[in-house]
Amino acid sequence: MTRQGPLDLSLLPDGGVRWLDASGPNADIVISTRLRLARNLVGYAFTGRARDGERLRMLAQVKEALAHVPILDGSVLLRLDESAQLDRQLLHERHLVSKELAGLDPQHPLRTGAAVFLGEQVGVLVNEEDHLRLQAMRSGFDVPAAFAMASRMDRELGERVPFAFHKEFGFLTACPTNVGTGLRASVLIHLPGLVLTKEIGKVLAGLQQMGLTYRGLYGEGSEVVGNFFQLSNQTTLGRSEEELQDLLVRVVRHVIEREEEARRVLVRDAGYIIEDKLWRAYGTLRFARSLSFEEAMNFLSGVRLGVGLKLIPGLSVYTLNKLLIFAQSAHLAHLEGRALTDSESNLARARYVRQVLATEGSGVE
Amino acid sequence: MLCDHCKERDAVVHLTRIVDNAVTQLHLCEKCAAEKGVETTIALPQHPLGEILQAVQQQATPASPADAAACSFCGANARDFRATGRLGCAHCYDAMETSLRELLRRLHGSSKHVGRKYDAPRPESLAELDARSELRDKLQRAVDAEQFELAAQLRDKLKVME
Repeated sequence: MTRQGPLDLSLLPDGGVRWLDASGPNADIVISTRLRLARNLVGYAFTGRARDGERLRMLAQVKEALAHVPILDGSVLLRLDESAQLDRQLLHERHLVSKELAGLDPQHPLRTGAAVFLGEQVGVLVNEEDHLRLQAMRSGFDVPAAFAMASRMDRELGERVPFAFHKEFGFLTACPTNVGTGLRASVLIHLPGLVLTKEIGKVLAGLQQMGLTYRGLYGEGSEVVGNFFQLSNQTTLGRSEEELQDLLVRVVRHVIEREEEARRVLVRDAGYIIEDKLWRAYGTLRFARSLSFEEAMNFLSGVRLGVGLKLIPGLSVYTLNKLLIFAQSAHLAHLEGRALTDSESNLARARYVRQVLATEGSGVE
Repeated sequence: MLCDHCKERDAVVHLTRIVDNAVTQLHLCEKCAAEKGVETTIALPQHPLGEILQAVQQQATPASPADAAACSFCGANARDFRATGRLGCAHCYDAMETSLRELLRRLHGSSKHVGRKYDAPRPESLAELDARSELRDKLQRAVDAEQFELAAQLRDKLKVME
């Protein structure tokens, strides 16, 4: 059964962030794997053209159907259209909803009927650009597990509601760039070695030739901060779900190898310079009194590299992942229990990071 | 100006390098620049739709009746699509089939779906699905209440349906 109510994070299975736990393969380099399938229901105009009533009727139909979908048993329904901006921002910072669905994108004001069903490591975004985005998140580099979950949602829900499907074009989507499989597999990957050795441009250009694309921390239209990149398949049509996954897996595996190689080169050619740089990043995070988001991300990137190279012992990748999410503005405001100005946010961020590093990084010396 | 490297394509990237105080100029095409790992704004991922839509629009014959017609379901036409880059509904794919096929080829390198096949559930199969899950619930309750005779009857009914 699906519960509904105001945003209470304790209701979310695992707070919706089990993918942060760093338990998955290659978790020191790949933070998470996300897989989403875009689907639309027969009988309604696509979200952008639908009227409010239509979007609400579609949401009601999906809600009823999801009650019979075992993989979403116990999921929580959050109505974004009835949530405060800070709560919507919080869900976006947790990568649980897109900027567009959360109404945080100036080009796409919050829509009536915008909602998300959140289960354990799975979610259904309703009234995004497409009626449904079935989404699965896993820790580390684990495309098969993410696909298995998204695909199960697809089968179980597709038996209950009719998806728009065309015999030639496949699953139909509002934007022709998603049509066919509707599948977008992406990994959130940390590539400081390639950035520092200035190899990153070559690697990214190579990715694009292979049919992959890259984005920043929050996906489409976001900037690259802290050397975090999202790599995903560019096309969705003309290849099967398996072929699309294989492509991403092969290329990401290659990128991981290149990153590891770059890290070896750094240590070999600039050992003490790198070590000093990474410890300075740690020192700043450990003792700074004010940190902007970009600063925090860049220093966290350094510390993460230090942990990966085993130069900074006593700190877990999980702690670093947690800082990545919880040191963001809406999370800090949630923690402080009130809206914060930018400078208050910077103070709260530094305080939070200091506390976490003092308690969870006590083995660092 | 031709690319210094391949001498075939037009140079679009003009790179000034200073090595040991000597200034050299390199003129590269987009492809050779990418191969050499030169980051350019051109190489950055951009939403490809705008440009491609325009190209397809120029190709499409203006009198194409399929394009001029509005979709019978949602009322959107090809002009709406060009303005927003989004289709209005699933039926738009039929209404604009010809020009979309060309667009999909450019975007994806193919217009043919080869992934999962799907048949939407028919209303009668949905009713049957509901009846089955209701029976399963009843069966579970009967087992929980140790009403084994009833449970056996329900199980037989379910077997027939499945």
